[in-house]
Amino acid sequence: MKYDQAFQEILSASPYRPMKAKIVKANKVTEHEKFFRIELEGKKELGHLPGQFVQASLFGYGEAPISICSSSTQKEYFDLTVRKLGTVTSALHKLESGDTIGIRGPFGNGFPLDKMLGNNILIVAGGLGIVPLRSLIQYILDKRKDFGEVQILLGCKTPKDMLFGDEIASWQKRADIKFNCTVDKADPDWKGNVGLITSLIPGVTIRPKQTYAVVVGPPIMYKFVILEFLKKEIPARQIIVSLERKMKCGLGKCGHCQIRNVYVCQCGPVFTFEQLREMEGECHEGECHV
Amino acid sequence: MKYAIINRMDMGRWFDSLKDRGKIYGPKKKESAYVFRPIQEFEEMSLKYIPTILPPKKYYFPQKEFLLKFKINPFSTGKAIREFEEFILFGVHTCDIAGIQCMDVVFNEKPADPNYLNRKEKMTIIGLECMDYCDKYASCAAVGTHVYKGGYDIMLTDLGDEYAIHINSEKGDKLVTGKKYIREMNAKDKEKLNKAFEEKLKKFNNEFDGDMERIDKAFEKGFFSPVWKDLGARCVGCTNCTAVCPTCYCFDVVDEVSLNLNDGDRYRVWNYCQMDDFAKVSTGEDFRAGRDARQRHRYYRKFKYSVQKYNKYFCTGCGRCTRTCMAKISLVETINQLLSGKEAK
Repeated sequence: MKYDQAFQEILSASPYRPMKAKIVKANKVTEHEKFFRIELEGKKELGHLPGQFVQASLFGYGEAPISICSSSTQKEYFDLTVRKLGTVTSALHKLESGDTIGIRGPFGNGFPLDKMLGNNILIVAGGLGIVPLRSLIQYILDKRKDFGEVQILLGCKTPKDMLFGDEIASWQKRADIKFNCTVDKADPDWKGNVGLITSLIPGVTIRPKQTYAVVVGPPIMYKFVILEFLKKEIPARQIIVSLERKMKCGLGKCGHCQIRNVYVCQCGPVFTFEQLREMEGECHEGECHV
Repeated sequence: MKYAIINRMDMGRWFDSLKDRGKIYGPKKKESAYVFRPIQEFEEMSLKYIPTILPPKKYYFPQKEFLLKFKINPFSTGKAIREFEEFILFGVHTCDIAGIQCMDVVFNEKPADPNYLNRKEKMTIIGLECMDYCDKYASCAAVGTHVYKGGYDIMLTDLGDEYAIHINSEKGDKLVTGKKYIREMNAKDKEKLNKAFEEKLKKFNNEFDGDMERIDKAFEKGFFSPVWKDLGARCVGCTNCTAVCPTCYCFDVVDEVSLNLNDGDRYRVWNYCQMDDFAKVSTGEDFRAGRDARQRHRYYRKFKYSVQKYNKYFCTGCGRCTRTCMAKISLVETINQLLSGKEAK
């Protein structure tokens, strides 16, 4: 019989119980997205890795899996950027600074920082993909000396949809990273590139064997971006993506996020292209049918 | 005492002695089918039964399981269940015990599930060995669940005038020791039990057209088999197969607020991978669109993924999915079609 203390603890502590947290900053940043800065009760550290997610819990509405968009080097708080889409995210959008929410997590594996250290990094963000990638970009910028060359490519629908505008402006000014962005559709004030994100990749010069290429965006984008990466001869195990799925419990049990035998909430959401290929037939066609 | 004998006439008496250990649930006839229900008197039970509509899963993984009590303002959370109740499952077939063993692995895996483990702690299982097939839909011999392999506290084997009792745990031992009408098994009884077992084994044969090794291989290369397209065309998406399965454990989490609009409960409810919105996210992207992909997922969860993850088949051969299917999709036929490598009708 397993009556030891560890077992007793499992019996009494529920992984479904959210931690109390306070919204310390809330800004509507685009028509559909709202930014939240969050502090756990007692300024407890969340202890996350870039690329992980939390379950944002609003009693009476439910939970929604949200990517953490701040770096783990920032310990007193963490940031979430939420697109208004379903029941929970619509209710989240009504919250303001000072309001309380529940947080479970962090969940998932996060980006493979150990392997990426010392290598060149090519980051490609499409649309909302910049949200989880911001946690990685901030981390890299905070530990800039730990990485080789860093290049960031950003694409969004229109200039109005661009998130983290001020921060991006500061990235553009930095001499130690290369930054480029494009919009699908320009407005009269836009002076930058116009076109799909894939159009920026051929112009990038990299040493493929020493490069980790990270892409996050809508499923359909993966296909074309990964094709460009492969053209650059980046090895499949160095192509990294983060997948969107319906994570519900975050504990590898409820089944909603499963791809073949993989629970994305536990083994993902970050995968290499090499891993994606093994999930062929269960992935979105954009994700692995290259 | 490891093996014991009880006279059939004394079963009612023994059953009565179990009552103070907790609520007893057993198989009972309901119209033309059987169900697990709370049992007051031994005679209420039908111990000769084909697998119940729902497996006894509903008692250790309830359809609606409270996870959390909450207050919206001021924010607070609390335990949903103060105390879990002792209960006894009486007359559980070996296929359903195998189902419990599957669930054990899932919910013990870290992060472990306290609700399941608490219920399991309070559960006593009295199994009942099947001496013949329940009906033509079972495929227990193929997966080897027609014989008992642990996972129970007591196992009963019908020997005619008597029942053989196998005691498999301390909990089980407490239920039989000190009862004057239960005696230790002697050599003659043991011989009788062995003989009954031999006779039983003659009746059970692999229901599939190949052994499990071949089935493993068929699943390995069968992901794009036309069998799934065929299933998808026939499946009506009613989710019955997953609702009755003893090893399906997918769930949804739901909040319910009370009338004061401030207190509430968060609970989980059974949820099925056969539902059309099961893997759909709020952007509208559906990551398992199509009944063919969903049926394939169900089969792979029973015969491949669980083997990769837990080294266990999650099909217990109980036959419930076949019995309940509105489109008459048969598990045995599907596996055989996959084995044949031919396109299904």
